Amino acid sequence: MAEATPLLAITGLSKAYAAPVLTDVSLDILPGEVHALVGENGAGKSTLSRIVAGLTPADAGELRLRGAPYRPRGKADAERHGIRMVMQELNLVGTLTVAENLFLPSLPRRWGCIDYPRLHHQAREALARVGLDDLNPSRPVHRLGVGQQQLVEIAAGLSRRCDLLILDEPTAALTDPEIERLFTQIARLTAAGTAVLYISHRLEEIQRVARRISILRDGRLVATRNAQTVPLDEVVRLMVGRTLEPAAARQPRSAGPPALQVRGLNRGAAVRDVSFDVRQGEILGFAGLMGSGRTETMRAVFGADRADRGAVFLRGSTRPARIRSPRDAVRHGLALLTENRKEQGLLLSLSVRANITLLCLGRLSRAGTWIRGPRERDAARHWTRALSVRCHSLEQPVAELSGGNQQKVLIAKWLFRDCDVLIFDEPTRGIDVGARFDIYALLDQLAAQGKAIVVVSSDLKELLALCDRIAVMSAGRLAGTFRRGEWTQDNIMAAALSGYRGADGVGTPHEP
Amino acid sequence: MNRKNLMADYAGMIGALALLIVVFSLCTRHFFSAANFQMIANQVPAAVLVATGMTYVLIIAGIDLSVGSVLGFCGAVLGAGLLRWHLPLGAALAVALAAGVGCGAFNGWVSTRWGLPSFIVTLGMMEIGRGGAHLLTQSQTLYIGAPVAWITETSVLGLSLPFLLALGVVVAGQFALSRTVFGRYMVAIGTNEEAVRLSGIDPRPIKITVFVLCGVLVALAAIIDTSRLGQAANPNAGNGFELQAIAAAVIGGTSLMGGRGSVVSTFFGVLIIAVLNTGLAAVGAKDETKRLVTGAVIIGAVILDQYRQRTRPGAG
Repeated sequence: MAEATPLLAITGLSKAYAAPVLTDVSLDILPGEVHALVGENGAGKSTLSRIVAGLTPADAGELRLRGAPYRPRGKADAERHGIRMVMQELNLVGTLTVAENLFLPSLPRRWGCIDYPRLHHQAREALARVGLDDLNPSRPVHRLGVGQQQLVEIAAGLSRRCDLLILDEPTAALTDPEIERLFTQIARLTAAGTAVLYISHRLEEIQRVARRISILRDGRLVATRNAQTVPLDEVVRLMVGRTLEPAAARQPRSAGPPALQVRGLNRGAAVRDVSFDVRQGEILGFAGLMGSGRTETMRAVFGADRADRGAVFLRGSTRPARIRSPRDAVRHGLALLTENRKEQGLLLSLSVRANITLLCLGRLSRAGTWIRGPRERDAARHWTRALSVRCHSLEQPVAELSGGNQQKVLIAKWLFRDCDVLIFDEPTRGIDVGARFDIYALLDQLAAQGKAIVVVSSDLKELLALCDRIAVMSAGRLAGTFRRGEWTQDNIMAAALSGYRGADGVGTPHEP
Repeated sequence: MNRKNLMADYAGMIGALALLIVVFSLCTRHFFSAANFQMIANQVPAAVLVATGMTYVLIIAGIDLSVGSVLGFCGAVLGAGLLRWHLPLGAALAVALAAGVGCGAFNGWVSTRWGLPSFIVTLGMMEIGRGGAHLLTQSQTLYIGAPVAWITETSVLGLSLPFLLALGVVVAGQFALSRTVFGRYMVAIGTNEEAVRLSGIDPRPIKITVFVLCGVLVALAAIIDTSRLGQAANPNAGNGFELQAIAAAVIGGTSLMGGRGSVVSTFFGVLIIAVLNTGLAAVGAKDETKRLVTGAVIIGAVILDQYRQRTRPGAG
């Protein structure tokens, strides 16, 4: 890469916590380039970017910024050097307004008070850059949808001059039009000479936006390739170190009798008159835009939120099942794997064992009271093996596992409970490619065993590969259901947009 | 439970306790004597029971600020039962226990029914309990005398009945916590209540039960305290007990955020505070000094515990 002096040159970077996370990584970032960083979860992408952004010190190695040694003492120091990072996890203060969040470290002041007119003026400019022209800067952030919050966060990163912008999974919660806008902004920035270090799992997206791709595996740099010419298969192979079976090689299934029938379900404005069926041995997908009511529908079916109206029939019964709480749902053999694993699914600080056995302690105890330790361990061991959960030991806290393995622990928990209908809300969000294929294979197996499976996903390709039928929600209603063979990406997208009139409603999250 | 880690946890507490005893024994001749240890053993049972209840509540990510007042209230019920309503001893004891159950059930039910933080509900109960105690005793100390004296005076192998009861509660409490389904649910609720609810386990009855257990333990403590302190029901009994109980639990490594705690460690926490107090008294420290030192020890213990959590093997 002798074409230009690198903006940032990284040589021999190493970092270890209990185990090595980064080993001897060297790469350089040129001015005005989008440099993508890919790798499975735990490959060291986040640690690398945190070191560059001054959030973590390195153990060994050298960073040179524009040829001069660069050793940030903290986030503020890195920002003084023109390096900014937009984090994957949202860092906004929910109770403050959009404008306040945008300029939090340096609010414009006048005689010691915040100069609100100027702040709002600056905020509107910054928001316009990410296409949020009509967002009121004095709105509290917690009232925004996740996608909009993400855009505000990116706007905050873009609002100040910087030479290197680090984006960690910026599109994870964005809709397609929002992603387009982000890409336009990235192009504008790089044209002005800013370099972007772009971390993402979405390889198609990277190929569109990046000039070069660096691939990390187990803390080592495996390769740096030209993003435009490298085949995606090769990137995936470099990431996981093996070849993955294409998910499309799925056997057609023959669906059994109906397992779950939902009729006329209503909940507020989010879920309006939704009816659908899932059969045993079938995977039903739920597509739709953010905020189209998919999560709310599943929560209402499961009794996590009380439905206003509607009935749920199980196993072809003609009498509606009485599901008024998750407890009722679980008794009837339903399982819900929520979209926020950490907040609503896992007991993060507890062991893999305790997470897997939580629902079946009755079975593992004497008289439903005294837990039989050996039996519990055997059961946990059985399930970690069956789903090939990667962990040091059964006693390891699940917080320390990668996203994919955490998801497997949750699946193990529900399979152990032996439920017939499994509802997965965004099962592969934030999960790396290798683990993602493991989970697809697992869902396939479960369907083959006769379980009825519902998958809510914002990744349409995932649904197309996985499902027998896809239901599309739009603005709280079921806009259509398509069979494998009948569907095209176009007719699914058309259905997803059908509930919103014109362009104004697209991507707008529902109001509470 | 990982037995090795558990023993390592206790080893720290036992070491700290032993260190205190050695230091005080070297400082003053009066400290290391059978009589002194017996005195400590007779002092701690009420505190151990209350701190055990507090530990349970803290593990489910709650807090019970009312334990001190409820202790005063249950003692008042006992006194009023015997002296004003002329109940037989058995009935009076039962009514006192029922008062503890009632207060605990109220705390648990109100906080789960309306989704209120237990801090607020028990803060209210703290005032209600103290008010009730003064109402029942007409703000006077009710002298009971002989009928309850036997409770503290009975001893087996040199250990008083209350001390043995406290030991039994600690052992049973620890087993229930680490070996039963109920205990596992408690830890799970303290770790992530919403995840537990969405797993199809209703957290509400479990939380209410924990508050009721805390109430029962407080009522038992009230009976012991009444018997020990001149066989009298004092409306101000248990003043400040809530903070002492929280301190003991925290010294033992129980997390105020819920999901982590051990009854045995809390027991050692109570002993450490008691040894510290008697030891400082033995070397002639004034009350003010005692409080300064105790405060420093609480903060130091929590810092140490944080450090230990971070460097624990397997948690890297």
